[in-house]
Amino acid sequence: MAATTSDAGTRRDFLYVAAGSVGAVGAVAAAWPFIDQMNPSTGALALGSTEIDLTAIQPGQQIVYKWRGQPLFVRRRTPAEIESAKAVDVNSLPDPLARNANLPDTALANDADRATKPEWLIVKGVCTHLGCTPAVSTPQIPEGEYGGWLCHCHGSEYDTSGRIRKGPAPENLAVPPYTFMTDTRVKVG
Amino acid sequence: MSGPSTYNPQSGLERWIDARLPLPRLLHDTVHTFPTPRNLNIWYTFGGILAFCLGVQIITGITLAMHYVANANLAFNSVETIMRDVNYGWLIRYIHANGASMFFLAVYIHMFRGLYYGSYKAPRELLWIIGVLIYLLMMATAFFGYVLPWGQMSFWGATVITNLFSAIPVVGNHIATWLWGDFAVGDATLNRFFSLHYLLPFIIAGVVVLHIWALHVPGNNNPLGIDVKSPQDTVPFHPYYTVKDAFYLVLFVIFFAGFVFYSPDFFGNPDNYQPANPLVTPPEIVPEWYLLPFYAMLRSIPNKLLGVIVMGGAIVTLVFIPWLDTSRVRSCRFRPLMKQFFWGLVVCCVLLGYCGAQSVDAVKFGIPMVWVARIASIYYFAFFWLIMPIIGLIETPKKLPASIAQSVLGDKAGAPAE
Ligand code: HEM
Ligand code: FES
Repeated sequence: MAATTSDAGTRRDFLYVAAGSVGAVGAVAAAWPFIDQMNPSTGALALGSTEIDLTAIQPGQQIVYKWRGQPLFVRRRTPAEIESAKAVDVNSLPDPLARNANLPDTALANDADRATKPEWLIVKGVCTHLGCTPAVSTPQIPEGEYGGWLCHCHGSEYDTSGRIRKGPAPENLAVPPYTFMTDTRVKVG
Repeated sequence: MSGPSTYNPQSGLERWIDARLPLPRLLHDTVHTFPTPRNLNIWYTFGGILAFCLGVQIITGITLAMHYVANANLAFNSVETIMRDVNYGWLIRYIHANGASMFFLAVYIHMFRGLYYGSYKAPRELLWIIGVLIYLLMMATAFFGYVLPWGQMSFWGATVITNLFSAIPVVGNHIATWLWGDFAVGDATLNRFFSLHYLLPFIIAGVVVLHIWALHVPGNNNPLGIDVKSPQDTVPFHPYYTVKDAFYLVLFVIFFAGFVFYSPDFFGNPDNYQPANPLVTPPEIVPEWYLLPFYAMLRSIPNKLLGVIVMGGAIVTLVFIPWLDTSRVRSCRFRPLMKQFFWGLVVCCVLLGYCGAQSVDAVKFGIPMVWVARIASIYYFAFFWLIMPIIGLIETPKKLPASIAQSVLGDKAGAPAE
C-alpha cells in the first residue's frame, strides 16, 4: 500500500507541475497580445517624410515645421552663431555625441557633425529632458546663456549647435535623417 | 467585516436572507454597531468625506462620458459643448473638475492626520499601505482625467509626465512609446487615457473596500493613540459617528460648492482653455496643485534620472513609514519632539508646493526658489529616513492616560455611556 501511495504521489506531482507550467506559459502567451496592442499600430509606424523649401528662411531665423507629429526646428544660422558653435571643445560638453541620425552612433558632437551644411541646423524641437519645445534665442530676445535655445519647462539650455550645455536634459537635440535635394530644398525623414 | 457579529435578524424575511446572503449582517456590523473610540475628532471625519468624493467623481464622470468624445480632433470641442450646450453640462463638469481638487485636499488632510496620530503603526501597517496605494491610484486617475479636455496643459502635462519613464535606462524609450501608442503624445494616447480614466475609479472603489476591511480588524486609532481597552472606551458607529461625519460633510460640501458656483476656475489653468498644440509649449508648464510638491522635487535636481528617482522615492518612502518610526508611542500629542518635526514636514510640503508653481529661475525675497525646493526636499527625505527612526529612540514621551474613557470623561469614567 505504502509503495502504491508514494508512486501515485510522484505521478500526481509530475502532472501537477507539468499542468502548472503549461498553464503559466499559456497565461503569458495570452497576455502578450493585450500588452502589445498598446505599441504603435502599423499606421503609426508608416513614418512620413516632409520636404521643406528653404528660400523663405532669413539668416538668424528659425522656422518650426511639423514632422511625424512633433516640432522640427530649421534654423539658418548667422556666421557669428556658427563661429561660437565651432569654438566649443567637444570634450567639455555634457553630451559629447553628435546624436545625428545621418551619422554613426559614435560620431562626436563637433559642429560639422551636427550640421552638414553649416548654415542650416536641422534638429527635432523636442527637449531631451521631458519633451517640451525649447524657445529659440535671438540677439534681440535672448533665451539662456548659450545663444541657442532655452527650455522653459525645467531650464535646459542649448547652444547654437543644439547641444545641451546646462540643466537637466541629458542629450543634445536630435538631428533627424535628412538629405538636401537642391541647395534650397531639404527632405526630412 | 470581522470579529463576532451582533446582528440579530428580527423578521422572517431577514432570517431568510441572512441564511442565504448575509449582506444585511455585514452592513449592520460595519456601519451600525461597529465599536468606535469615543474620542475621534474632526480630523477623523475625512474618511467619510473621501468616500463621498469618490462617489461624486463617479456620478459626474459617467454623466460627462455621455457627451465627451475621446478623439484628438474632437475632444476639446466636446468639452466646450458640455460647457455651453449640454443641459447643466457646466455644472457637472465644474463639479467633476473641482471635485478632483476637493478629493486631494481631503486625502492630504487624511494622510497628515494618520502621520500625526501614528495611525500607520502596528497593527495598522497594511491599512496604511493600502491607503498609499489608493493615493497612487488617485494620482494616476487625476492625471489621465486632466489629459482628456485636450487643452495646452493637458497635452504638455501628458508629454512631460509620460517622458518621466524615458529616464529609465535601456528600456525607458520603449516604455514611453508603449504608453503613447505612437512616437509622441497623440490620438492613440488620448483614447487609452480615457479608457483608463474610466476604469481606475472603480479599481479605487475596490481597494477602498480592502482599506475599510483592514480598518475594521484592528479598529480605529484615535487622537490619544492608545488602544481600546474596554467597551467603555467606545461608542457604536451609529448614531454617534454617522451624525458627526454627516455634520462635517455638510460643511465640506458648502466649501466645495463655494468653488463650483463662485470660482469654478480657481484651481484651473487658463492655458487649458487653448486647444492642444504639439508645436508650441506654453511658457510655464504647471501641473495641478496637488502634484506640485513632487514636481518641485523633480525640478530641483539638474539630472534627468536622479530627478525622476527622487520624485518616485518621495512616494515610495511612504510605504516604509510603519517600520521607520521606532517610537512605542503612537500619537504626537505625547511626543513633544516629534510634534515639532511633524509641523516642519507640513511647512516643507507647502513650501515645495509653492516652489513647484514658480518658474524654474524664480527668485523671491532675494532667494532662488530652486534652493528653497532643494532644502525642503532634503528635509522631506531626512524626516522619514533619519528623524523618524532617531527621535523614536531618544525622545521621552509624555505620560499616556490610563484609558480613552478616563481621558475623555475624567472621574466619570466607569459610568455607562449614554
Ligand atoms: C477617482 C475619481 C476621479 C478623479 C480624481 C477624476 C479626475 C478628473 C480630472 C482632474 C479631470 C479634468 C477636469 C478638467 O479640467 O476638465 C477629469 C475629466 C474627466 N473625467 Fe474624471 N475623475 C474621476 C472619475 C471619473 C469617472 C469614474 C469617469 C467616468 C467615465 C470620469 C470621466 C471623465 C471625463 C469624461 C472627463 C473629461 C471632461 C472634462 O474634462 O471635464 N472621471 N477627471
Ligand atoms: S523638458 Fe526641457 S528642461 Fe525639462
